[in-house]
Amino acid sequence: MSNIGKAFENGKAFIAFITCGDPDLETTAATVHAAVENGADLIELGIPFSDPTAEGPVIQGANIRALNGGVTTDKIFAFVKELRRDVRVPMVFMTYANVVFSYGAEKFISTCRDIEIDGLILPDLPFEEKEEFQPICDKYGVDLVSLIAPTSENRIAMIAREAEGFLYIVSSLGVTGTRSEIKTDLASIVAVVRQNTDIPCAIGFGISTPEQAKKMAGVSDGAIVGSAIIKLLEKYGKDAPRYVGEYVRSMKDALR
Amino acid sequence: MTNPNGRFGIHGGQYIPETLMNAVIELEEAYNYYKNDPEFNRELTELFNEYAGRPSRLYYAEKMTHDLGGAKIYLKREDLNHTGAHKINNVLGQALLAKKMGKTRLIAETGAGQHGVATATAAALMGMECVVFMGEEDTIRQALNVYRMRLLGAEVIPVKTGTATLKDAVSEAMREWTSRISDTHYCLGSVMGPHPFPTIVRDFQAVISKEIKEQILQKEGRLPDAVIACVGGGSNAIGSFYHFIEDKDVRLIGCEAAGRGIDTFETAATIATGRLGIFHGMKSYFCQDKDGQIAPVYSISAGLDYPGVGPEHAHLHDIGRAEYVPVTDDEAVNAFEYLAKTEGIIPAIESAHAVAHAIKLAPTMDRDKIIVITISGRGDKDCAAIARYRGEDLHE
Repeated sequence: MSNIGKAFENGKAFIAFITCGDPDLETTAATVHAAVENGADLIELGIPFSDPTAEGPVIQGANIRALNGGVTTDKIFAFVKELRRDVRVPMVFMTYANVVFSYGAEKFISTCRDIEIDGLILPDLPFEEKEEFQPICDKYGVDLVSLIAPTSENRIAMIAREAEGFLYIVSSLGVTGTRSEIKTDLASIVAVVRQNTDIPCAIGFGISTPEQAKKMAGVSDGAIVGSAIIKLLEKYGKDAPRYVGEYVRSMKDALR
Repeated sequence: MTNPNGRFGIHGGQYIPETLMNAVIELEEAYNYYKNDPEFNRELTELFNEYAGRPSRLYYAEKMTHDLGGAKIYLKREDLNHTGAHKINNVLGQALLAKKMGKTRLIAETGAGQHGVATATAAALMGMECVVFMGEEDTIRQALNVYRMRLLGAEVIPVKTGTATLKDAVSEAMREWTSRISDTHYCLGSVMGPHPFPTIVRDFQAVISKEIKEQILQKEGRLPDAVIACVGGGSNAIGSFYHFIEDKDVRLIGCEAAGRGIDTFETAATIATGRLGIFHGMKSYFCQDKDGQIAPVYSISAGLDYPGVGPEHAHLHDIGRAEYVPVTDDEAVNAFEYLAKTEGIIPAIESAHAVAHAIKLAPTMDRDKIIVITISGRGDKDCAAIARYRGEDLHE
């Protein structure tokens, strides 16, 4: 089992998404520490992209703030290396295919291994295109995380059978962002996943409250939260880490 | 030219969120069925001929030919189509296809507004709902087209993110499509995006080169020596090139928008200044920085102001079958004015990029040579902006 599996050993997993460099890397480091100290089981680190087509307005804003702040792929690699001195929970990168491709896939993914990044989530890399990076991910032992959407239907089994790390189940149609209600029949999706793989699956997109997290984790192995955390960073800037810590605690408590 | 996974050489593919995968698969299956369906083709041909006014004229530009003193120049008059541009060809095809698929709502991105107007037109004709995403910057540059779309019953949503131009309109239309798929077809306006769009749009636009070929054979008894068209995403260009790709003696020349010059950052000339990347569902060439962040491109032409190019063009460039040349704002504006004064034809500023290159090329060729320039659209929409470019404050 890959290192990512460890995130699912403490009951239902709470997965926190944080955009690197929003508003600066010092704040990102403090936010990661606060999240981990308060129970986050896995950290999804966003590498900002100029045109994040799968993101709603909140995470788009984080991408713009981070890029305006001057963050680059190399700065993020150096930052993660530093972060790994005391952060032991599994960490993955979330970014877009062009960020990896443009850097040079082999150089990018081998660096991931060197700085102990356990996986890669690329929302614009569906099953049909994963050969772009899969062989290199295999070579360096970095999990290429697959996503399943409410529209996946007949594709779920195919995706699940080849999935590694964990399966990212997209809760709703549309882009990232908080939602008042999640209507997708996620239990049925997870049931098909379970028939085809033993790896854990976590649900993301639209989750912001402890009640939602509890409900989502009830049908899966964990909950992924991005926009709700980014909103705290947007609101409190450099002071956000302690608010993120409190928030993560409330979410993880709901999952225990 | 397309292999089964939607590749043109190394370019193309389907780099999109999983949420959209079944939608593009469903689209591909429907297209593969209907493209061979005689009833579909009969309906589409009738729409082309009776509604859009096809075939468009292949006009011998005699004054321009004599003035430039070289190759004989023909203009493929896509500007004479209903709604004033080649965009209607693709839109009628996609709207008809969407309707057959049971979709009731069309969404689209638009740059100059021509594709938005065409989509709004087709939606009105076929009784479909229509939402058009347009960069806020472009809604200002092309205010008249915003009004036309609204007049046709479409909702126009100004996109404020990023550079507030065409690429952001595409991103926003993609985001909208992921949130509402079952009743909605994304009527993509160029030969770009994920497979099968580059193929579908090319096939619907290929009517341009099919007609050029028939018309030039009738008028001249032979094929042209060069076909010239402007390239943003590249739909009118691929439409103009397609039936000549196997005719190796016909030079195919795509004119990219160089903006203020390819040695400046204010350019949209992707093949001249971009490099290989993955964006908006496809692998192709893109203007981007060293970290793969998509560059904020610039051109006076809202329709060419896009940081990428369609995957089939990228491939035609790789194999050397087509040439791509940069044309600056200045050259395009001069050509815009030149064609108006010389032939009494006001081309779209996009098409003026192709005219500009022909003005350079024609005098270098013998008088027994033939150039076809595709005038992809008419220039009424651009008059206010060109007047401003010349320092004249014109209020529409």
